Amino acid sequence: MFRKSIIGLLFVSIMISCNSSVENPTDGVKDNFNRQEMLSNWADNIIIPAYEDLNADLNDLVIKKNEFLQTPDPSHLEAIRNSWMNAYETWQYVEMFSIGKAEDINYAFQMNIYPTNIQDIQNNISTENYDLTHVNNNDAVGFPAVDYMLYGLEAGEEALLDAYTSSNLSMQNKAYLSDLIDQMQSLTEMVLNDWKLGYGDAFVNSTSNTATSSTNKLTNDFIYYFEKGLRANKFGIPAGIFSTTPFYDKVEAFYHQEASKALSLKALQAVQDFFNGKAYGVEGTSDSFKTYLLYLQNGTEDVNLSSLINDQLNKAKSSIESLNNNYSAQIKTDNTKMTQAYDELQKAVVLLKVDMIQAMNISVDFVDADGD
Amino acid sequence: MNGSLSTYLNKDANGAPLAVFRISFGLMMCFSLVRFWYHGWIEKLYIQPIFHFKYYGFEWVKSFGTYNYLIFILCIAAALCVALGLKYRMAIITFFLSFTYIELIDKTTYLNHYYFISILSFLLIFLPAHAFFSLDNTLNKKSYAHVPKWTIDSLKLLISIVYFYAGLAKINSDWLFRAMPLKIWLPSKYDLPLIGGNLMQQEWFHFAMSWSGMLYDLSIPFLLVYRKTRIFAFVLVVFFHLFTRVLFPIGMFPYIMIISALIFFDAGLHEKIIRLLRSMLKPFSINWTSPKVISAYRFSNRQIILPIILLFFGFQILFPFRYLFYKNELFWTEEGYRMSWRVMLIEKMGYTTFKIVNEKTGNSFLVDNSEFLSTFQEKQMSFQPDFILEYAHFLGDHYSSLGHKNVQVFAESYVALNGRLSQQFIDPATDLYRKNDSFKSKHWILPFKDEIKGF
Repeated sequence: MFRKSIIGLLFVSIMISCNSSVENPTDGVKDNFNRQEMLSNWADNIIIPAYEDLNADLNDLVIKKNEFLQTPDPSHLEAIRNSWMNAYETWQYVEMFSIGKAEDINYAFQMNIYPTNIQDIQNNISTENYDLTHVNNNDAVGFPAVDYMLYGLEAGEEALLDAYTSSNLSMQNKAYLSDLIDQMQSLTEMVLNDWKLGYGDAFVNSTSNTATSSTNKLTNDFIYYFEKGLRANKFGIPAGIFSTTPFYDKVEAFYHQEASKALSLKALQAVQDFFNGKAYGVEGTSDSFKTYLLYLQNGTEDVNLSSLINDQLNKAKSSIESLNNNYSAQIKTDNTKMTQAYDELQKAVVLLKVDMIQAMNISVDFVDADGD
Repeated sequence: MNGSLSTYLNKDANGAPLAVFRISFGLMMCFSLVRFWYHGWIEKLYIQPIFHFKYYGFEWVKSFGTYNYLIFILCIAAALCVALGLKYRMAIITFFLSFTYIELIDKTTYLNHYYFISILSFLLIFLPAHAFFSLDNTLNKKSYAHVPKWTIDSLKLLISIVYFYAGLAKINSDWLFRAMPLKIWLPSKYDLPLIGGNLMQQEWFHFAMSWSGMLYDLSIPFLLVYRKTRIFAFVLVVFFHLFTRVLFPIGMFPYIMIISALIFFDAGLHEKIIRLLRSMLKPFSINWTSPKVISAYRFSNRQIILPIILLFFGFQILFPFRYLFYKNELFWTEEGYRMSWRVMLIEKMGYTTFKIVNEKTGNSFLVDNSEFLSTFQEKQMSFQPDFILEYAHFLGDHYSSLGHKNVQVFAESYVALNGRLSQQFIDPATDLYRKNDSFKSKHWILPFKDEIKGF
């Protein structure tokens, strides 16, 4: 009985006394992981450069749009279309960061809600009375709306150009296209400036382990994007996983028709790069989930979770690469390949949402009741 | 044998400890409920959800929507009356019934310390906690200086059972030889001042905390009972519970345990506390006639009360061992896991989705859980088989009522336990809609691909 209490006392005193003696790093103890470096890497090497690039691309899109509206002919149409595609690909790197200003203004909802709502767009165009920031217009703005305006407004390139020249709605069509693109650029600039002029610092300094700290929020965002933005929106919903039938018309870039695969591969690349801490646009990697997991699992008998996740992401990539560029066609001719791509992504979701979250001991979303 | 038992049952003790316990229990419960209200959890946990997980046998317990606030008001009022010792018996019964009813509304919010409060308040129904220093004394014009010793000892016994069983639960290979789950939980507290960046990250510390936690739980009842070690034990109690409070979001539990541990102290301390309370109340005291002091409280119906208490403790001692009737790994299947003082023992996370299949056509679709469950509910459901089964039935009924035919419900579920890689949890080929809940083993839970030895 007394021996037990002495052992207990011993442990307690060891705990208390060792408080002061672990400053010495040379006796083989685990170094603490520098979370602030990870946050800096995220902000300075990935997030802000991606936004810079997107902003530049959207500025270019504005220019191409103005030139097109000035001279609506096939070559200018091609120029604006290419610019749109370029910006759309860059967008894939940024959609997952629903934090800070982007979260406040529901940035992603104003940039990439699809399928776009043709009735709402037509209504806006004809009434000439619309507030693009209103939540009811989320499905009538952004990249998908521009997709419709540049590819789906009329069938065939000639008819499409007519919509901007000879149609009796040509002025309104032009106005709407212009407003859409201007809005996208202005929102992006707003988010970018917020990151550069203050939020970036706040982000990097929010290092505590609370539900609202940067690490927790961004991890939740990352996983939410993977589950919803990538897995469900690009694959699950169109392939009919969540419904009794597939929806070939709910794919991303439905009107372009051949862009869905390119966009989803970019999105997957963005996810994998972020996981590995790869800098945006340039060579070099730094701290991110991959290294954090390696630190957390150092010395345990557990499997290397980081490599498991990368392996699974690679498998998902091959599965997606085997698909038709045109997802609508893929769904109509052989939907099982879409569901297979979905399944591979789903396996990655489990590794991220269960294994990675458990290792990092982050609460998935806000469950602020007592635990026991 | 019988002689010494009846001698013991007839022994008297100073009534002060029981009074102090009653007052502190009532006040803490009051505070705890108001705190719960203040955080908006009544709304979030009991009113907002469209679906509630039910306890086996208590499916009839309903949420009353906005009227749930009335139950809380009733409970708070009862707790206040308990503290004051006003109409004590009615108050404590009301408290027990209203508190337990609230807990029964949704299994999602099960916490070991809510269970503790329920059974503690049940026990208090049968104890004469109003015998001393209570408003009932003033109203009935009678006060009792002594109560039967076993009434105070029964509280000590209950608290000892909680600690000891919590300690037993920690005697398992994951806790002691893998330092799990502390090895996950402690490093994540990297923002604690002084120790967050260094001590909490060290592996030896994880093991030290695991072992000392186990030893603490097992030994603390004995250390509290022995007079010579009592003060040292109380220091340990305060340290342990405050430390865990800093580490984990466990609400009122640490304070309840610290205050409850006072019951082990001699009457002298409690009389001092009561004198202190009297002096604080002096400015408010009206000139009521002092109650007549009778020496000892006597039960009028002891022959009914004692067997109930006996059954109660028999249940408390045996119930946590029901897991032995099930073959598979307890931490995996959780058959017999709840209500057995397995407190903060495992780290378990799951991901569970459901597929609705038309048996005849083979058409299927996945359910979006967020349509029916809150994030908290989905989290709890994802790794507890009884929740999964209940939810599967709800989905089956729901989609059948929407017109879907030949509805089958399959679960795709992955669970990670104590840092192991996630494994498939539920047999994806079992139509859960056809399975019913019972005390029998659930064969549709896939076997655990590892071994955990111990309790």
